[in-house]
Amino acid sequence: MTHSEIDTIIERHGKKESAILAILQDIQTREKYLSKEALEYVGEKLRIPLTKLYRIATFFRAFSLMPRGRHEICVCMGTACHVRGAQRVLDQIQLELGIRPGETTKDLNFTLETVNCLGVCAAGPVVAIDGQYFGKMSPTKVEGTLKRFYENRKGDKDAKA
Amino acid sequence: MRIGREIKMQRLSSPQELEKYRQEILSQRNLNQTIVTVCGGTGCHAAGCHAVVDAFKKVLQESVKNNGISLRVTGCHGFCERGPLVVIHPKEIFYQRVKPEDVPSIFSETILKGNILEHLLYEHPVTGERILTEKDVPFYKKQMRIIFGNNGFIDPTKIEDYLAVGGYQALVKALFSMRPEEIIQEVKKANLRGRGGGGFPAGIKWESCRRAKGDIKYVICNADEGDPGAYMDRSLLEGNPHSVLEGMIIGAFAIGAKEGYVYVRHEYPLALTNIMMAIEQARGLGLLGKNILNSGFDFDVFISRGGGAFVGGESSALVASIAGDVAEPRAKHIHLVESGLWNRPTTLNNVETWANVPVIILKGGDWYSQIGTEGSKGTKIFSLVGKVNNTGLVEVPMGITLREIIYDIGGGIPEGKKFKAVQTGGPSGGCIPESLLDLPVDFDRLTEVGSMMGSGGMIVMDESTCMVDVAKYFMNFLKDESCGKCTSCREGTKRMHELLTEITEGRGKLEYLDLLEELGWVTAEASLCALGGTAPNPVLSTLRYFREEYEEHILHKRCPAKVCRSLLKYRILPEVCTMCGRCAKACPTDAITGKRKTKKEEGIPFRIDEEKCIKCGMCFESCKFNAIEVQ
Repeated sequence: MTHSEIDTIIERHGKKESAILAILQDIQTREKYLSKEALEYVGEKLRIPLTKLYRIATFFRAFSLMPRGRHEICVCMGTACHVRGAQRVLDQIQLELGIRPGETTKDLNFTLETVNCLGVCAAGPVVAIDGQYFGKMSPTKVEGTLKRFYENRKGDKDAKA
Repeated sequence: MRIGREIKMQRLSSPQELEKYRQEILSQRNLNQTIVTVCGGTGCHAAGCHAVVDAFKKVLQESVKNNGISLRVTGCHGFCERGPLVVIHPKEIFYQRVKPEDVPSIFSETILKGNILEHLLYEHPVTGERILTEKDVPFYKKQMRIIFGNNGFIDPTKIEDYLAVGGYQALVKALFSMRPEEIIQEVKKANLRGRGGGGFPAGIKWESCRRAKGDIKYVICNADEGDPGAYMDRSLLEGNPHSVLEGMIIGAFAIGAKEGYVYVRHEYPLALTNIMMAIEQARGLGLLGKNILNSGFDFDVFISRGGGAFVGGESSALVASIAGDVAEPRAKHIHLVESGLWNRPTTLNNVETWANVPVIILKGGDWYSQIGTEGSKGTKIFSLVGKVNNTGLVEVPMGITLREIIYDIGGGIPEGKKFKAVQTGGPSGGCIPESLLDLPVDFDRLTEVGSMMGSGGMIVMDESTCMVDVAKYFMNFLKDESCGKCTSCREGTKRMHELLTEITEGRGKLEYLDLLEELGWVTAEASLCALGGTAPNPVLSTLRYFREEYEEHILHKRCPAKVCRSLLKYRILPEVCTMCGRCAKACPTDAITGKRKTKKEEGIPFRIDEEKCIKCGMCFESCKFNAIEVQ
C-alpha cells in the first residue's frame, strides 16, 4: 500500500486520535493485514507512538499483523452453533486444511478464523467464507463447501499442503 | 416492475412539510397494489434468499403483464428457520422455504391468477393444516410485535417506507409539543429498562444526564451486540434503522445532546451499511443536522466501527474505543452520565432500547406500561435458537413464560428429544432447567434463578447437550475475551476453564466442584466490570441445577449427553453393518478396516481401531444405517 493511499484514508477520517480505529480498519480491509510499514506511516502522520498503534492492533480481533489468504473462512463458535456441533465442523476444516484458527495455508489460499457469533444463529452451525454464509453445516459438508474456493480444482491436494 | 415517480428529496423545514411529504408518498401508493416482500435478513441470506430475489427480478422484467407489481427486499421477518420467506401483499400470503425455481409459478399462479401454491404454505406441525397468512402461523400468533413488526414490511434502505408507516411522527411530537422534562417523564412512566443486559431504567439515566453539569453532552447507541446467540440488534439495525435513529434524536433532545454515535459491531457489515444510509437520508431531509424541522434543535449522528472485542460492548470500554483507545472498562464509581465520552456527560443505550423510544412517545408511557410485569414493562425481542423447532427472532410481552416461548412459539424440541435447559443472558447468564419452565420471563425473575435477561439470547438445549461442556464453552469464551485488566477475571476465568477441561477429559476430582464455586465467587467479587462480575454464572448455574452431570463425568468418566470427546467410544455394530464402506471412506485417520460387500464378493463387517480413532464422529455422521454406536 502506497503512502498516498494511506494519506487518502487518513484524510477521509480526519487526522485525529479518535479516527485511529477507522483508519486501521480501512487499511486492514484493503490489505487484509496491517504491515509494519503501514503502522509506522500512520503513527508518523497522526503523531501517535507506534506502541499505542500496536496496542490497538493486537487488542482487537479485527486486525491481523500477518498477511492473509485469498479466502477467509470464519467459523462461528457462538452458543447456538456450539450446541448444534460447531466444534466438529471446525475440527473437520482444520483436518482438511492442516491449519489451526488464526493460520493461513502455505499456498495463501485460505485463512482460518473463528468468531464468537456471526448473528446468523437460526441457521447454525454457520461458516462464512469471504462474507458468504453457509448455514446448517456439518462435518460431512466441509469438503464440498471448501472445494468451491480452490483456485484450481486439479490442484486440490497441493492446495491442502 | 413499476418504479414509483421519484420524489425529489429536499430539506424539510417544518412539521407541516414533513406531513405533506408523507401524504405525497402515501398518495402514490395504492393499497391494492401487489407487493412481493422477500426477507433479506441474514438468516434468509444463509438459506439463499438472494437467488430468490434475482429470480423475482428476472420474472418481473420479462413479463409484460407486471403492471403495479413491486418487489421489496425487507429486513428480517423473524422466522429464520423457514427462510427464505416471501409474503405477497395485500393478501399477506405467506410462502416459506421458497426456492428460486418456485418463483415463476408464484408469479404466474399466485400473483397473476390468485391461486395458492399449497406446497409453499406453512404446515401446522400437529394438525397438518396449511396456513395461508403470516399472522396465523403459530410462531407469530403469541408474539406482540410493536418494535419488530415493521421489519417485514419496509425496505430498510428507503426512508420513504419508514415515513409511510408513520415514521418520525414521534419526533415531531417530541420536538413540538413536549418539553425535554416531559419526554423523560414519559420514558420514566413507561419504565423502559435497558435492553442491552443491565436492565437499568432508561428514564433515570436520561434524567441524571440532563442534570449533569456541562454544555456538551453525547448520546450513544450501543450496537456492539456481542452475546453469542443474540442477533435482534443486528436485525433491527439492518431491517429498520430509522426507528433506532428516531429514538436517538428524541433522546438527544430530552438530554440536551448535540452529537450522537452509533458503535456498530465489526461482524455486522450490512447493519453498518444500512444505518449509514439511514443517517444520510435523515440528513438529506433535515431530520438530522442543524435546526431540525425548524425547531431550533441541532443534532447529528456519526458512526464508529467496533474492532471485534466482546468487552467493547461494555459501556465504559465502548466509550474508550470511540475515543480511539483500546476497549478496556474502567471503574464504575464515575458514571458515564457525568463523565463519559471525552469526559462529557453521556447517555448510552442499546439498539433495542432506542427503538422502543418512538413507540413510547407516540403511544404514551401509560399505554406502554400496561404491557409486561410489575418491574419489567413492554416487550422484549428474543432470539430463540439452538435445539428448538422454530428458530428465529420473537418479540413477546414481558412476563410470558419460558414454556410458552419454547413450546407454543418455538414448537418444542426437534426429533422428539427431551428438553434439558434453556440458556439466557449470553456468557453472563445461566442455564435454566425444566423445573423452572413456567417462570415468567422478566428482568428480575431471571436474575432470581441465577441467570439474567442479557440482550435476549435464548439458546434451547436438549438431552444431547452436555452441561459441563456448555460451562466449559462459556469459560473458554470468557477467558479469551477478558481484557486482562483485573487479575481476578483474567486468571479466574482461565483457571475455571482449566478445571472444566480436566473434568470433561476424564481427569476431574470431586473437590474441583468446590474449587470452581470458590473461584467463581472471587472472580465475581473482585472484578471491575460486568464481564468479570457475571463470568462465573454459566458455571454456578449449571452446578446448581445439573450437579449430577458433573459428578457423572468425575466419578464414572462418562458423558451422559455423549458430547465430551475424550470420554466417548465409537463402535460399529457388526449385526447392523451393511458393509457399504461409507464410514471407512469418511474416516480421516484410516482407523476403520473391513471389506466392502459387492455383487461379486462377500464383505467383511467394518470395525474401528481404537488406537487410531480420533473420535471426530465422521463415521457416525456418514453411516446411513445407524450401525455406529457411541458409548
